[in-house]
Amino acid sequence: MTAVQSPRIAHRPLGVFTRPQGSEGWRSWLFTVDHKRIGIMYGAAALFFFIVGGVEALFIRLQLATPNGSVIGAGTYNGVFTIHGVTMVFLVVMPMAAAFANYLLPLQVGARDVAFPRLNAFSFWCFLAGGVLLTSSMFIGGWFQNVPDGGWFNYAPNSGVLFSPSKGIDFYAVGLQITGIASLVSAINLIATVLNMRTKGMSLFRMPVLTWMLLITQFLLLFAIPVITVALFLLMFDRLWDSNFFNVAAGADPLLWQHLFWIFGHPEVYILILPAFGIVSEIIPTFSRKPIFGYHFMVASGIAIGFMGWGVWAHHMFTSGMGPLSVAAFSVSTMFIAVPTGVKILNWLATMYRGRLRFTTPMLYAVGVVSMFTIGGLSGVTHAIAPSDTQQTDTYYIVAHFHYVIFGGALLGLFGGFYFWWPKAFGYKLNEAWGKASFWVMLIGFNFTFGPMHILGLQGMSRRIPTYRADEGFAFWNMVASIGAFVIAIGVAMFLWNVYASTRKWRRAGRPDVGPDPWDARGLEWMTASPTPEHNFDSDIEVQKLDEFWHRKYGRDETGRVVRAAPTSQIAHDGSNTSVHLPSPSYWPIVLSAGILLVGYGLIFNLWLAAAGVALLVGAIYGWSLEPPDDPDAAGHHGDHAGELPAADEAEGRAGSPLELEEAQSVD
Amino acid sequence: MTDTAAAEVAALSEDHRTSTGISNEKLAMWLFLGSECLLFGGLISTYMFNKGRIGPDDIGPDDVFDIPFTSVSSFVLLMSSLTMVFAVSSIAKGDLRRNRIWLAATAALGATFVAGQVYEFTAFYSEGLGFTTNLFGSSFYALTGFHGAHVTIGIIMLMSLFVMSVRGNLSRERAETVEIIGLYWHFVDVVWIVIFTIVYLFPQ
Repeated sequence: MTAVQSPRIAHRPLGVFTRPQGSEGWRSWLFTVDHKRIGIMYGAAALFFFIVGGVEALFIRLQLATPNGSVIGAGTYNGVFTIHGVTMVFLVVMPMAAAFANYLLPLQVGARDVAFPRLNAFSFWCFLAGGVLLTSSMFIGGWFQNVPDGGWFNYAPNSGVLFSPSKGIDFYAVGLQITGIASLVSAINLIATVLNMRTKGMSLFRMPVLTWMLLITQFLLLFAIPVITVALFLLMFDRLWDSNFFNVAAGADPLLWQHLFWIFGHPEVYILILPAFGIVSEIIPTFSRKPIFGYHFMVASGIAIGFMGWGVWAHHMFTSGMGPLSVAAFSVSTMFIAVPTGVKILNWLATMYRGRLRFTTPMLYAVGVVSMFTIGGLSGVTHAIAPSDTQQTDTYYIVAHFHYVIFGGALLGLFGGFYFWWPKAFGYKLNEAWGKASFWVMLIGFNFTFGPMHILGLQGMSRRIPTYRADEGFAFWNMVASIGAFVIAIGVAMFLWNVYASTRKWRRAGRPDVGPDPWDARGLEWMTASPTPEHNFDSDIEVQKLDEFWHRKYGRDETGRVVRAAPTSQIAHDGSNTSVHLPSPSYWPIVLSAGILLVGYGLIFNLWLAAAGVALLVGAIYGWSLEPPDDPDAAGHHGDHAGELPAADEAEGRAGSPLELEEAQSVD
Repeated sequence: MTDTAAAEVAALSEDHRTSTGISNEKLAMWLFLGSECLLFGGLISTYMFNKGRIGPDDIGPDDVFDIPFTSVSSFVLLMSSLTMVFAVSSIAKGDLRRNRIWLAATAALGATFVAGQVYEFTAFYSEGLGFTTNLFGSSFYALTGFHGAHVTIGIIMLMSLFVMSVRGNLSRERAETVEIIGLYWHFVDVVWIVIFTIVYLFPQ
């Protein structure tokens, strides 16, 4: 391709600003386009919002701990549970999954970076802009005066100005729109990365299960986000410019919002859980020392969930009066979607069956996901039975169910992922003793918090009601749940302490090298130094098998026993290749996101501010387009510079034959 | 055609640096358009859901639509797809002068369509149909307004290409950029065919 490059382009760079340089200091983070740094920033931001959302949850539990609670008023309570839900779904679980997707997808398919590094940076900053806008609603114009207060699914017509006159719902509509842009851009980018940037030999069915699950997640985002985009636009038009979409007085049917929201909202549920499924599918084989059981079934069940996830949305609406035929159809489809999910659970169990189990912290979290998610899945199937669901709708039984799948499934999986890939990202392991202790504290606290909610729900306690009377019989289990919530908080604090203490200990010990593959794992991400060098791999890897890295490490001797074929130090890259061309940092992603943030506040408060935001946004788009290419020969691509890498062939040659048994050492 | 030229053409049409043979940029545009289908799907559903929800004496579709006028402006927009095809084929052949002409023609036809829409909106408004008048008004303006915004963004991209070409920055090697913007343009046209059929032609 470079042969036909016009010399005119090469010698006449567009644009006036030079690109930022340097890889040290705060600027290198603000302007970075490196997928690994962006992944780390996603993770850090998600942890910050996790603490925010957690504190909100503690206030809910304080209010409900005793009958006739008076810790926060009824109005504030509406705001607290709404912002808690919105924060945890859109600002915690989704970006935490994005952290792993950003960090790991390019590594797992053997690429240098994502398909569009600058767009990747934009996704992060745009997400952060949405998060800042949503979170600021808690204190702009007074403490909890302008916070969204319609529940995370924000049903019409309660979301109209008539019933919610504060600016809270405006923050909801605009803030989620902004995080939606971030998710959409990120989805396009990551799908292009997985489909297009795979290294030689990495066919689709040699990709790790995590890569598959994240790919399916991105497709779900790609098609689900535009639906909520429409719903949020309609809501915004209604609130800001007096249109009639949800105006019942003008003949509108508020079910329109429910349908649009849940056509997005149910795929969203799988967007939350599939990344955790992928993480568990990486952790369990590693610590069972077995390949994943039924790889093709694992992938196919993920794809099946991806398709069927679109046909179950109305099970959120069984009591909306949509008619017996719809209820029956969605009831059946909902029971049916439990099948591929069950396939996954059984495959994880079969992977562990007769494996050489090592109960490290990540493994504990993974097993926690399998067991807790199964409870949540089973209570989910009970909702598919429409008559029973009619009884349970809007009770604490529902709250119990979705916390078992989102906390017990998604969040535990993501925390397991933190422990598992921490050495890859930072070069040292988190402390195992603290990790295991914090796991058990979290797990026990979790079950004490959400287990009793099943009982409360079946007793008839409604969600979203700020208090209850002493004679209703809810007091005991509510107290238990509130104590459990604080136990979870202790578990999270122990995790944060672990991060601090492990980092300090590692620094004081002179930053010892943890090695490329501390867990004896299977994916390509372990085949390079820890922390991952900026250029990922010293040379392009040619993949011949699923679990390529494992098969380079281990082979079988004549009797069929698994034996060490080569030491990791010979197979893994050491990160010493400094001749790899990488994309330069860029100012524009963060500037563009700042423009979007201004537009967001402008829509809520003052259209002149929005006009200024649009000006900044348009300027940033042109600055982005006209930014000089960092290297005329690269023309935006940096994926394969195999020609520049003389060192490549040596490494390939060493690792080429996985069965060098003279060097082998038995693992048994 | 010599072997070198054939290889060059092959190199232009297929990207060997990617696993699928489709360039990242083109794949991204296809994915984006897939997502856009759901955006317009949501808006069209909203319109169909709401258009009949007006009172018997309310201003409705039959009171405002001027089918012959909108048919002409639809025809203009469809013709712009034809000129877009010429723009893509001319740059693939390296004919930069014609490429500029066709880019400008496409943008001009698109602008004519948008001007027609502005005229139509003004006329409807003067007949008493505002964005806030009733559910039909809200849904109609939201759907066609979103489409008009898409056409406008397309015109801006076409004009940007035109300026790039005048400045000498749009050569044959960037033919794919024109092609990708062409994909967007054709998509917006196809969506209009659906909207025109459902909104204007279906019996009310």
